[in-house]
Amino acid sequence: MADCDSEEIAVIGNTDLTAAELENNKNNTMAEAGTTLLRRMEISVAEAEKRTGKNAVNMQETYTVYLVETRPIDAAEGQNPAPDSLWRRYSEFELLRNYLLVTYPFIVVPPLPEKRAEFVWHKLSADNMDPDFVERRRAGLENFLLRVASHPILSNDKIFHHFLAEEHGWKEAVFETGFQAKADSRLKALNATFRVKNPDKRFTELKHYSDELQSVTSQLLRVRARVADRLYGVYKVHGNYGRVFSEWSAIEKEMGDGLQSAGHHMDAYATSVDDILEEEEHYADQLKEYLFYAEALRAVCRKHELMQYELETAAQDLASKKQQREELATGTIRTFSLKGMTSKLFGQETPEQREAKLSVLEEQIAEGEELVKEKNAECEEYVKNAWVDIERFKEQKDRDLKEALISYAIMQISVCKKGIQVWTNAKECFSKM
Amino acid sequence: MSGIIADPTDSCTPAQEIPADLSGQMLELDEDDDLEVFSKDTTLTDGSFFNASMPTSPASMINQYKFEEEADDKDIFITVDNPESHVTAIETFITYRVLTKTTRSEFDSCEYEVRRRYQDFLWLKGRLEEAHPTLIVHPLPEKFVVKGMVERFNDDFIETRRKALHKFLNRVADHPILSCSEDFKVFLTAQAWELTSHKKQGPGFLSRMGETVRAVAATVRGVKNRPEEFTAIQEYVDTFSQKITSLDKVTQRILKEQKEYLDELKEYGPVYTLWSGSEEELVEPLKGVASCIERCCREKEEQISHLSETLVPSLHEYVLCAETLKSVLRRRDNIQADYEAKNDMLANKKTDREVLKEEIDKLEDKVECANNALKVDWARWQKNMSGDIRGAFLSTAEKNIDYYEKCLAVWESFLLSQRSEHSVEGTREQQTAKDACPQDT
Repeated sequence: MADCDSEEIAVIGNTDLTAAELENNKNNTMAEAGTTLLRRMEISVAEAEKRTGKNAVNMQETYTVYLVETRPIDAAEGQNPAPDSLWRRYSEFELLRNYLLVTYPFIVVPPLPEKRAEFVWHKLSADNMDPDFVERRRAGLENFLLRVASHPILSNDKIFHHFLAEEHGWKEAVFETGFQAKADSRLKALNATFRVKNPDKRFTELKHYSDELQSVTSQLLRVRARVADRLYGVYKVHGNYGRVFSEWSAIEKEMGDGLQSAGHHMDAYATSVDDILEEEEHYADQLKEYLFYAEALRAVCRKHELMQYELETAAQDLASKKQQREELATGTIRTFSLKGMTSKLFGQETPEQREAKLSVLEEQIAEGEELVKEKNAECEEYVKNAWVDIERFKEQKDRDLKEALISYAIMQISVCKKGIQVWTNAKECFSKM
Repeated sequence: MSGIIADPTDSCTPAQEIPADLSGQMLELDEDDDLEVFSKDTTLTDGSFFNASMPTSPASMINQYKFEEEADDKDIFITVDNPESHVTAIETFITYRVLTKTTRSEFDSCEYEVRRRYQDFLWLKGRLEEAHPTLIVHPLPEKFVVKGMVERFNDDFIETRRKALHKFLNRVADHPILSCSEDFKVFLTAQAWELTSHKKQGPGFLSRMGETVRAVAATVRGVKNRPEEFTAIQEYVDTFSQKITSLDKVTQRILKEQKEYLDELKEYGPVYTLWSGSEEELVEPLKGVASCIERCCREKEEQISHLSETLVPSLHEYVLCAETLKSVLRRRDNIQADYEAKNDMLANKKTDREVLKEEIDKLEDKVECANNALKVDWARWQKNMSGDIRGAFLSTAEKNIDYYEKCLAVWESFLLSQRSEHSVEGTREQQTAKDACPQDT
């Protein structure tokens, strides 16, 4: 599932990439500069374990920890060094991601697997402690690490390396970066969304796209879960045939054997749905990843809006200051200002006072021009960098989702083949009745 | 029009008559008159033609003229079709055309066409059972009264009933003894007024009442020396009745689940289409998946139709058969109980012993006849039953295979279309496909 732009085949634990797939990825990402971590290192989230301990308010709690294993790739032939490993909680993954979000706002940061199980069909547990949920979360966390490790920019982050390398002291190191102070408040971002005048058109389009993506993938996940539920019902009811055939066969002489063996096939049919739906969960997880990616995409757009808004605000301030200077210099008042009015009411200023004001304004204007230049440069830089990552993301998304749809088709084919097999066997038994 | 259509060498298709197509609703027996109040709306909801003279689906047309067990010496062919509504001042009811073609000598002509209503079928069944109390007469479809549904009998119901009536008459025609019944002949040949007058002649309603009363009395009295083999049959019938009822329920439940699954599936495809609207590169695969799902929906619909036209009615028929069997066994018991009762009286009687003895001898013969008739018919019934049930399940299994095969083809062609775009993908998919189905390589 993760990108890989390495020359060598990187061994990635627990994903479905094949040699051919990696070849394809390489073709698509050759253009990208920089090495990624995956070139040098195997990363996996190997296990999950339950722990109990005291939480922040000194109460007992049970939580799950995940074993993050890393192993350098360039071991010599025949050598198989033991992996380095450490345990991480989900909250630590969250912290890592938040740090990345703040530190690289122009990047579409890979999402984490969901915190709580959503879009469950009835048989699947919504309990966070449920072993199936934990297992799928384990896989999701691994996928997250692989995505980060294969990103041309994110993979070089020191905090990320630290996360993989040292269990203790990592949290402190993250907080020491002071990333929290850099985080934009939600309110500020919302404000910007409504008031920005000239956002880059491409970002506006991207915003719409990310909304659509979010809406359609969540709808798809909901309907899929309902379909899965119903399919479960169909298969399971056939299990009753097994029971009744078996009971009936007891009183039949000629039909007995046929009935009995047909019954076994009906039981097999009924139980086959469990595997089928488990495999489909994997497909659902792929869709979910892009549901959450849509949010990350949106965040990049929001940041642009914020920066653009700050630029516009700075430019506006500058313009108004320049106007004030003009008014002061020529003595004309073009705009209404309280100062202007009071000075009219309470008498003109002295030339000295005017000079003082003018020089303050000049200073402010100079500062303002610097600020605007700065903000402009920031914005341009942001747009440039963001768009590079957005293009990268788009290609990744198209690749991944196409692959997901293909593997969905393959799943359906497998379901059909199993169905043909069971009913062919049953037909054979029926014909012997 | 009728005739042997099925290929004599086609021995592997099950000898199948049209089973009654009963809808998935709960059917309740109603003791009232068979007044069929219904709508004259002839709009086609599911393709079943209301006024056609032939059942329209090709499968049913072939089935209608298929061989039955004694195919080689079949000399009488009966079809029930062409339901029509009749409105009188008092009531509205449906009649069916009964067409008979025969070479039997006891028939004056070789072709007859009459119209009969459900009441008439009921009468015929009653007469046959009276004349041959221990023969197993194939059941009639139930009277159908759904709570709250007073006015309308829909096309489905009428078609279901028509098929069941058709089967009923053909089973009677097949039966070596029942088909010789005079009442049967009258049923097939007489014009409406002739039938009415014939009905009035024989023992009718009152005699049936009498039988019911006697039956109740006999149950109270009980039979003393039931032969072992009939006890065995009784035990079999009790278990069979339970199992077939369960199967009927399970099958109805499957039908329900399939319908609900289809409903959800119909919502599913369109979401992929919706998604394709906001994508560029992914338009083709998304639309492809949507169309695959749509196609699978259509196949599912056909599978559901087949289930409700084949297996559901077949099983339901045998639920009714089980009741018939119980009645037959009861009647046999009653005949024996009658004899035993009279026999006991002999010990106490001082006078009229000769007359009594004569009666007892007659009853003894009656018991003997009844037992033999039942024994033979029992074997016959079992053969028919296993043939029918086997046929229905075989057909269902075949349809299910067909459904999966069609869906398989749909998804495989989608895969092919994606594959043809990039050869690299081809190797990837083969690899993933191999991973998904290791046993297929």
